[in-house]
Amino acid sequence: MINIEIKSWCRITNTKVLLNGEELEIPLRENTSWLTNIYKSQKIDYPKYFKMDTLSKAGFLASEIIMRSLNIDPLEPKPKWSIISMNSSSSLETDKNYQQTIQDTNNYFPSPSVFVYTLANIVTGEIAIRNKIMGETLFFVHKDFSPHHLYQYSIDALSNDSIENLLCGWVEDGDNNIDVLMFALKKNTKVNNFNIENIKTIY
Amino acid sequence: MIYRLSDNIISTLGFNSKDNYSQIKNGNSGLKLYENRFNLPEPFFASLIDEEEINDRFSSLPKTTNEKYTKLEKLSILSCSDAINLSNINPSSNDVIFVFSTTKGNVELLEENKEFEKERVYLWKSAQVIKNYFHNPNQPIVVTNACISGVAAQLTAFNLLNNHNFKYAIVVGAEVLSKFIISGFQSFKALSMQMCKPFDRDRDGLNLGEGASSIVYKLADNDEVLPKERIEFISGTVRNDANHISGPSRTGEGLFNAISETIKGYDTSKLSFINAHATSTPYNDSMESFAIERGGINNIPVNSLKPYLGHTLGAAGILETIISFHSLIDNTIIKTLNHQNYGVEKSIIVNVSNKESKKPAFIKLISGFGGSNAAIMFEKSGYDKY
Repeated sequence: MINIEIKSWCRITNTKVLLNGEELEIPLRENTSWLTNIYKSQKIDYPKYFKMDTLSKAGFLASEIIMRSLNIDPLEPKPKWSIISMNSSSSLETDKNYQQTIQDTNNYFPSPSVFVYTLANIVTGEIAIRNKIMGETLFFVHKDFSPHHLYQYSIDALSNDSIENLLCGWVEDGDNNIDVLMFALKKNTKVNNFNIENIKTIY
Repeated sequence: MIYRLSDNIISTLGFNSKDNYSQIKNGNSGLKLYENRFNLPEPFFASLIDEEEINDRFSSLPKTTNEKYTKLEKLSILSCSDAINLSNINPSSNDVIFVFSTTKGNVELLEENKEFEKERVYLWKSAQVIKNYFHNPNQPIVVTNACISGVAAQLTAFNLLNNHNFKYAIVVGAEVLSKFIISGFQSFKALSMQMCKPFDRDRDGLNLGEGASSIVYKLADNDEVLPKERIEFISGTVRNDANHISGPSRTGEGLFNAISETIKGYDTSKLSFINAHATSTPYNDSMESFAIERGGINNIPVNSLKPYLGHTLGAAGILETIISFHSLIDNTIIKTLNHQNYGVEKSIIVNVSNKESKKPAFIKLISGFGGSNAAIMFEKSGYDKY
């Protein structure tokens, strides 16, 4: 069995942002969504953020908070990093928004910029582009948050000889409930603290 | 070591793998023009499976409950049933895991849903309905990774077999077309109004198709006497371009990395053919020519199956793997239908006639939105004839 260390983790819900257990202070601005308040309070400067759907924004913000906490340069190519995400509702919120644009034949305006986000794995693509992550990117769907599967997929991803680091997590936007838990993991470390019990405790 | 026990394809060309393979070998395509379908303002060229035939065949399956099923679920259950019957495994056993691949599942329920509960539109729910039909006790795995889902699902299944105590994996991919999916591809201007033209100078877009496809894989026991005739999984890799969410890297960065990693240490002179993704969009096919050349495998014939059945999205990676299995056993490299004038940037060998080859292996390539790319390689042994 390989040793896997949690280098950093981030939890985002509708009301809180935690980085490695510490709550980040998010000043609330008027007429600004919760996620964009997080974006602004962290002084992130990445205009592509504003084109993303809520699912991608949520995953992107967690990855951004994690990568900054590790002082990792987003512009450095990362062939040895992979990304695994999972959730319950896939891209359902964006699917519903897209359906609105085609439901009525007299008010029919399908748009490629909405349609592209009707694929849940776009969130992994957005994080990969931002950070030049060139390993594996995969997206899985489970009814409920499953520490067991998150652990299992992480072991599999890090069992690959060419991969050393992994961003993995639960990224959910269901009925406007943001529920994100993301980890940055590194393998072959002295510390071995990534396990199902720890995932449960942190969630 | 993991090997294939059985497979099934359901498409416009047939309800099992053999029928699909023989239709394709004979150069038949399931694609045609549809007008006024799904209430869409524009016509489209695609491959849609007749719903009546699905219902006929579904009603002849042994029923265990009175549950109602969507078209997607019926196709998936029909496909799994045939593959399971051919494999002789017991799907209700603890050591069997279902891995489900789809991009949009039952998304058409968002337009109108009178018959089914609300949660039926969730992908995990479809997977549950399918595995429950077979009384499988394990939580099914759902892979949704845009166009590479079918290959990603197979690679996930192999991890489950190798690392997580399962002995058999049933990998099933399915996609049904709807106003949702077709309008989206139309908005992208990605669809061709005629049969698609892989690697062709005049290629102008892809065709969509419906399909379900399943493969039953087995992890060999340590002391197992292996079947003489078998197809083994050799290796496979997923790699991201880190370039763009809806377009490939021009020079095929991610696909090149996936190919390199997959063929590392393998004698590529054993490769009979490369089954490309080759959707026939200008960008995809050109990108693949870069990746194949950079990967140093551009001396191997390349084919595309898209002109036969279109792009079957979540089913494609499984369906095209199965056609490649059958063509490998048949010592035949299937021709790329409708390729006339070479038109990609780098130099590759597009296979344009059914050609004999006794080489034992093939590699399948696939790429999709989100910047993802994958390669998967298999090798046969022991077959004398198809």
